[in-house]
Amino acid sequence: MTATRFLERLPLYLVGLAVALWTLLPIYHLLMIALSPPDKAVAGDLFPETVTLQNFVTILGSKHNLVQHFWTQIWNSTLIAVVTALLTLVVGVGANFSISRLRIPGGRLITNIALLTYLIPAAFLAIPMYRTMGQYGFLDNPWSMIFAMVTLAAPYAIWVMNQASAKLPVELDEAARIDGATPLQILRFVYLPLMAPTLVAIGIYALLLAWNEYLYAFLMLSTERQLTLAPALGIFLAFDDAPWALMMAAGALYALPPTIVYYMFRRYMVGGLTAGAVKG
Amino acid sequence: MTAVAIDTAEITPRRRMSEERFWAIVLIAPYVLVFALFVVYPVLYGFWLGAGASSFRKLFQDPIFVTTLWNTAIFVLIAVNLKMVVALGLSAFFILEYRWVRWLSVIFIIAWAMPSIPTILSIRWMFNPEWGLINNLLFKWFQIEGPGWLTERHYGLGLAILVHIWKSLPFWTLILLAARLAIPKDLYESADVDGATRWQRFRFISWPAMRAVYMTSVLLSSIWTLGDFNSVYLLTGGGPNDSTQVLATLGVRYLRIDQIDVGMAAVICALPAILPMVFFLMKRLSRTDEQ
Repeated sequence: MTATRFLERLPLYLVGLAVALWTLLPIYHLLMIALSPPDKAVAGDLFPETVTLQNFVTILGSKHNLVQHFWTQIWNSTLIAVVTALLTLVVGVGANFSISRLRIPGGRLITNIALLTYLIPAAFLAIPMYRTMGQYGFLDNPWSMIFAMVTLAAPYAIWVMNQASAKLPVELDEAARIDGATPLQILRFVYLPLMAPTLVAIGIYALLLAWNEYLYAFLMLSTERQLTLAPALGIFLAFDDAPWALMMAAGALYALPPTIVYYMFRRYMVGGLTAGAVKG
Repeated sequence: MTAVAIDTAEITPRRRMSEERFWAIVLIAPYVLVFALFVVYPVLYGFWLGAGASSFRKLFQDPIFVTTLWNTAIFVLIAVNLKMVVALGLSAFFILEYRWVRWLSVIFIIAWAMPSIPTILSIRWMFNPEWGLINNLLFKWFQIEGPGWLTERHYGLGLAILVHIWKSLPFWTLILLAARLAIPKDLYESADVDGATRWQRFRFISWPAMRAVYMTSVLLSSIWTLGDFNSVYLLTGGGPNDSTQVLATLGVRYLRIDQIDVGMAAVICALPAILPMVFFLMKRLSRTDEQ
């Protein structure tokens, strides 16, 4: 590359550099603190003097008060995320099949209601939801989180599925009907195979939503053995002298699985979800 | 044999209709149940809790409330507009077909892919006035005593805006990139032939093609930014002295001090800002849904 060419492209390289620094600095900082010895995390240097896995050993061995239920909390997060994903799929498939294939009267209204629920920010539903969960007796129990997360994920699932299933030709259903297929057989043998990519995207969406949720878990779960990882990390903040190195290491462990899942299914996520989110 | 066949052919359509109707109702039932139990009932109950005159009186008399309204307006206006303008610019960068740009876009998305708690906490620690990286470097490199980032209202609010933008910028850049990719390339080619400047290309080709998506994005982003609890709560906790609360965190603040009715009143106060945007968006989105 010639010097003039380089100079011409210099602004581009500067933009690229700025984007990389902007994106990576908080993550680099997170990992750097996580890898620092517990007492050196307050040094405030750009590079660590020594690198150690000590924090991770402490966490995985549950050898500190603040992380003594780490494995239980991972299990809680996983359970809630997986059950939320499955239930969202069941609820979403049922609703979408009923609306778009069986053409239930009022389907249009239900779609609009779902869209309305999706658009209202979850933070504003949290307070009434908290009180209601108390009345149902679900507080401090995984079911409170599962039902809340399904409630938040289902409207989006229905909306995205409606868009996807509108592209499936109705002739397929009619051909199956002429062959004498029952609605459930059409669901099983025509609808589900064709909708598989969308269902994967929705399942992953609900899984990540539930794993990442902080506010609802923070409100509805309270005892340490019932917490998911997200509010458990928030507990560190209650201490003035919080062990930040430990907290960052726990944060890194918590962030790793959903980040990997996101990248694994990135094509589905971008194709199935963002495309539908904002059109024209 | 033939008689039997004709018989069933006559019966089946009607039986089939009722069978389909039956399954349609069974299959929609779980969603209707979830919606009734976890949306309709809580919302009605919440309105009943918060709609009393006394809860609104308590809310309006709380000096925090006015500060919160200002904070919310500042937070949403600056965060949304700054984010969308930068995303619009960055979409022009990420459309470039160099291999390193494509790699950079994979890295860029990580802020959106990661859960927000660890990164917000990392930024919070970075800006710790005494031991944080930023003030340390300011002192080491420029001998400047950095400000108390999280203990002063304006810095705290500014950082919350920064954190919000950090997290959601990749998402909106992708959306605008998709809109930009949909513009036919030959439009730009013929503009080049006519000797159009860079500004003219943007003004007369890119912007008209992207304007609708941009406006929808601004609306959707405004709603989501109004509901951003994490960026404020995990960074400043609404402090110092409740000077950085926004509407999304205020309700929870009242809930924590056992004044759920005032909390609901705070949520109800957000509705006049949200509902018009929601209805406008619904009109737009369900129109594209039908196409």
